Amino acid sequence: MSVRELSSADLVERAIDGNRRAIGRTLTLVERGGEIADQITELTHPAAKGSHVVGITGAPGAGKSTLTGQLIRHLPTLGLRPAVLAVDPSSPLTGGAILGDRVRMDDVAGDGGFIRSVATRGHAGGLALSVPGSVRAFDACGFDPVLIETVGVGQVEVDVAGAADTTVVVVNPGWGDAVQANKAGLLEVADVFVINKADRDGANDTRRDLELMLDLSHVSGHEDETGYRPPIIMTTATAGDGVQALWDAVTAHRTHLEATGQLEHRRAARFRYEVRSRLGTRFEASIIAATADLEPDGRSPAAVAVELAGHLLA
Amino acid sequence: MSAEPVIRIVLAKLGLDGHDRGIKVVARILRDAGMEVIYLGLRQTTASIIAAAEEEDADAIGLSMHNAGHLALAPAMLAALDEADLDIPLIIGGIVPDQDVPILEAAGVAAILGPGAPAEEVVAAVRNAVSA
Repeated sequence: MSVRELSSADLVERAIDGNRRAIGRTLTLVERGGEIADQITELTHPAAKGSHVVGITGAPGAGKSTLTGQLIRHLPTLGLRPAVLAVDPSSPLTGGAILGDRVRMDDVAGDGGFIRSVATRGHAGGLALSVPGSVRAFDACGFDPVLIETVGVGQVEVDVAGAADTTVVVVNPGWGDAVQANKAGLLEVADVFVINKADRDGANDTRRDLELMLDLSHVSGHEDETGYRPPIIMTTATAGDGVQALWDAVTAHRTHLEATGQLEHRRAARFRYEVRSRLGTRFEASIIAATADLEPDGRSPAAVAVELAGHLLA
Repeated sequence: MSAEPVIRIVLAKLGLDGHDRGIKVVARILRDAGMEVIYLGLRQTTASIIAAAEEEDADAIGLSMHNAGHLALAPAMLAALDEADLDIPLIIGGIVPDQDVPILEAAGVAAILGPGAPAEEVVAAVRNAVSA
């Protein structure tokens, strides 16, 4: 029997047993959202043990997919069972998407790891629900760590730093000076910096700029109260250089989070954020229904909104 | 976005055929028709394509062939799908001589798209294969 014909409960049971096709189908249902996605959330929640969620973000072409591919190849040799959620944008015009991250992660599927390509699908807040849902499904199926790879910094679609325990920001030599780095807003989200394509000219200049930027955050008092300073790792992803060093930095950050109690804080914040997103989705439907037939009647929009809010919250 | 589930299709080149202009055009056509294209690119194996189709929960597989390997590769892919008990349609695009079309159809290929097939035909072939 095809996994597509199974009930949610049977499907999730098979997925947790490790059936690859059942896991694939479970993720599809999570991505589609709605009532069935809620059922999947109910079924996977008790089995989720708290996998280490690692966000990998940076500009297009920085080498995120190649680096992620190297990690998913390397981690099974350490006895880990990694999963990847590779997020790519949907076309805002047609809703379609070309999900090309697997091109740079070849030869890894089926070797203990699991790669899933996800499109942003354009609907506001949609990914805010489906990403944690997919992470929970991976967690329940025994994958640890779960890597989320996305062009995420500053994007509305997915705030990767909000979804991850550890956020890795990937930059390249020649990517800009310290002023650019400050502008880009990377400082606030990075737990680990990677300078990828480190075999290229300017890698040390970029490193110096990043170090300066981290020094500045110390001066302005913006540094983590616990004294954590994001390390800078040099990698050449195409050759696999620096991959173990990167993983060491990621696990060191995880140890730091645990030792300082921040892991619990971050996960509590994530829980609140997910509940908030779910509430937002539910209320949005009521708001659209309540305003569908509105016509201008001489009153100000503010007055109408206040009146409708009274009805909606009653 | 809509009530209709989005079609997800895996596109790949099987074996050593390096001509990937056509498959890139097809990927774009399908994206512009609102589908999600999981693009695997060059030098895939039947095993890597099946693993991707399972992990991505794909509705169809599209293979591009331009080196006259279709009579060997398409049946190999069908046999691998059969062995894996994976019941999703296989669509072949590229250069398939007319006399080979019925052979591939009889073997179980859902649709065969030749060079110059208009975008509407490509999209319709995928939609029909998925809903069949």
